[in-house]
Amino acid sequence: MKKVFARTRGLTDKPFHYCPGCTHGIIHRLIAEVMCEMDILGETIGVSPVGCTYNNYEYFACDMVQAAHGRAPAVATGIKRVHPDQPVFTYQGDGDLAAIGTAEIIHAAARGEKITAFFANNAIYGMTSGQMAPTTLLGQVTTTSPFGRDAAVEGYPINVSEMLATIRGAVYIERVAVNNFKEISKAKKAIAKAFRVQQQKLGFSMVEILSTCPTNWGKDPVASLRWLEDEMMAQYPLGVFRGGDLEV
Amino acid sequence: MSSRVLMKGNEVIAEAAIRAGCRHYFGYPITPQTEIMNYMARRMKDVDGTMVQAESEIAAINMVYGAAAAGARVMTTSSSPGISLKQEGFSYIAGAELPAVVVNIVRCGPGLGGILPAQGDYFQATKGGGHGDYKNIVLAPASVQELYELTVEAFNLADKYRMLVMILGDGTLGQMMEPVSYRDAEQIETVEKPWHVCGTKDKRQHRTVQSIYIDPDDLEALNDKLQAKYRTVEKQDTMVEMIGCEDAEIIITAFGTSSRISRNVLRLADDLGIKVGMIRPITLWPFPSEAIMEAAAADSVKSFLDIELNAGQMLEDVRLAVNGRKPVHFLGRTGGNLPTQKEIIEKIRTIAGR
Amino acid sequence: MTDFSIIIAGFGGQGILSAGIIVATAALFEGREVSWFPSYGPEMRGGTANCSVVISDQVIGSPVINDTDVLIALTGPSMKKFARHVKSGGLIIIDSSLVKDVPERDDILFFPIPASKIASEMGNMTFAAITLLGCLGAHTESYQRESFEKALYEALPQRHHHLIPEEMKAYDQGAAFQEVVLTPEAIKAVTCKTVR
Repeated sequence: MKKVFARTRGLTDKPFHYCPGCTHGIIHRLIAEVMCEMDILGETIGVSPVGCTYNNYEYFACDMVQAAHGRAPAVATGIKRVHPDQPVFTYQGDGDLAAIGTAEIIHAAARGEKITAFFANNAIYGMTSGQMAPTTLLGQVTTTSPFGRDAAVEGYPINVSEMLATIRGAVYIERVAVNNFKEISKAKKAIAKAFRVQQQKLGFSMVEILSTCPTNWGKDPVASLRWLEDEMMAQYPLGVFRGGDLEV
Repeated sequence: MSSRVLMKGNEVIAEAAIRAGCRHYFGYPITPQTEIMNYMARRMKDVDGTMVQAESEIAAINMVYGAAAAGARVMTTSSSPGISLKQEGFSYIAGAELPAVVVNIVRCGPGLGGILPAQGDYFQATKGGGHGDYKNIVLAPASVQELYELTVEAFNLADKYRMLVMILGDGTLGQMMEPVSYRDAEQIETVEKPWHVCGTKDKRQHRTVQSIYIDPDDLEALNDKLQAKYRTVEKQDTMVEMIGCEDAEIIITAFGTSSRISRNVLRLADDLGIKVGMIRPITLWPFPSEAIMEAAAADSVKSFLDIELNAGQMLEDVRLAVNGRKPVHFLGRTGGNLPTQKEIIEKIRTIAGR
Repeated sequence: MTDFSIIIAGFGGQGILSAGIIVATAALFEGREVSWFPSYGPEMRGGTANCSVVISDQVIGSPVINDTDVLIALTGPSMKKFARHVKSGGLIIIDSSLVKDVPERDDILFFPIPASKIASEMGNMTFAAITLLGCLGAHTESYQRESFEKALYEALPQRHHHLIPEEMKAYDQGAAFQEVVLTPEAIKAVTCKTVR
């Protein structure tokens, strides 16, 4: 019988611990598949964050380093300076990248550090059970904005891709989503492009991936996908913010 | 050994690191140690290394963490307020068992404090500073020549034990110029690093560098391993200098700059007919408790005098080692002031009662 | 020789720190132990600058000087600040073109040298400090003339080496100056002026 589908060797056999309906698993798989298809799995070094994906060093089959909260871009910088010809990526959530690690991501971009950041934005702190994130939408209820995020009290969401796109060292910035087959396949293309940008030593690249958190959003997986499409995409439009014309 | 050249302490640290095979340096400017970074910026180009000026001390220590995980000999340097920021990284480096060298050219605190020399970071350096049960090896040079020797040694110790090794200097040592002679070539003790990340090359299982262990038994096993390692360091690599301690009546304990000042007092005390010796810890952790215990047990020794550029920090370790057998006196200055020989002699006369 | 200490003080831009390095280098060439320690701080230009040099035949304890054997002062405020720290019998050497006061001490050897005027006449203001160091070399056992010259070659960048013969002329001018005896009356006159 012809085998039409198999697990990617970019991932280990370790079962994911993610909640049902969480899209981290899809993102992991896309990154792993891209590494295999580009034949860079044996060269790549990844950096795990603090957050729900803290232990994705157990899932990715490439060499992995676990970093302190928000510091993944700095850790990746250290790795990349030692192994300048090998792909280095970070995998970070919105608390990690857009709150505690804001300085690290901005300056990695400003240095044009030849690394790739995969930024999973689900508008909430997942691991600590549903606190407000920098990317939480106005009106969104979280455990620390129990009456809905009020701009007068909690301020506004940060659009990270748009912000980083103003930095010259950031040569490729795209926001994608993993809510349906079409977007997933676009996300995979973006991930591959980011790795190619890095291979060609053009500068810093980031792919922001809109992601769901059914558990902490208090929605079932399908409703979560709808909320991502209706609410999140309004605040965080998909598209290429920098490097759209890059031929790599 | 080459002929003696006059060099600034901070620059000697940088040169020594390069001679020890350090090719990656990450830092953030802060007085009084910035010359290290300036020197690295120039010299790393010659040796095909990298110097990255990080956005913060936090970023710098995390770059060190990454470069160490990637298998490199790596260093960061800073001064007290910056070292406080790096504590997060120290704890992670300890947990992940990474070799790294950190230099603290101490200035006076607390807070932004001042930029003058001090030894007020002894507690932070030797007792942790970051979270969790861990130790860093802490070396305390007392001259520019020793800054060179101990910086090279720091890299060897870091690799030997997979530990963070801190060089605890101060503004005096960093800013002063003194003659230094370099060896023609360094004995770089290269060790295999079968744990470092460099890509699997599709030939082996993936490696992970981490400090997180969710399973309590796994984490306890790591802690047991670390503690066993620390006991080995204590046994094998405690360093101390003893000066004129045989039949001394008073023993001065002092490290780094305060030991330099104290050293010249020994002779002056001798002229006054008071026999004073000195125990100078070169490793502040592991602390040379045994040397002090033995001295405390000697009949000739009547008392100890601990001299520091702080309000009494190593004093606690000295008292623990003396364990009540003899009185331990203290002379300390803060705020960037250094004790004078005159002050020390006065103190000795008061203690000796003559 | 036990620890022999020298404080050189003035303002940033006068070559104070370099002067100290040249002194330390010259003594190092004579096989001595040396240390050099700068004032360091936020003012890079125009603020106060000083450095301490210790020369010894034994291991040097503190590179930071409390009581000094020699003060070389290139500004009035630095003379006032450090004059009281000069040991009895020590030397105070001033650039008398810039320092108009005399130290209120009669237990020291006083060398007022119009160093800036000499340097100006020679067409290079950086020679002022060298002139004062000539006096130091001639009246103490800090270093010999030839060690000083060698130190200039060591301490100065190659592009300034062509100036060294001229600098040594400035050195010799400084070396020729003799002590001016400070009478109590002279000191009193200055003190009264200060009070008025």
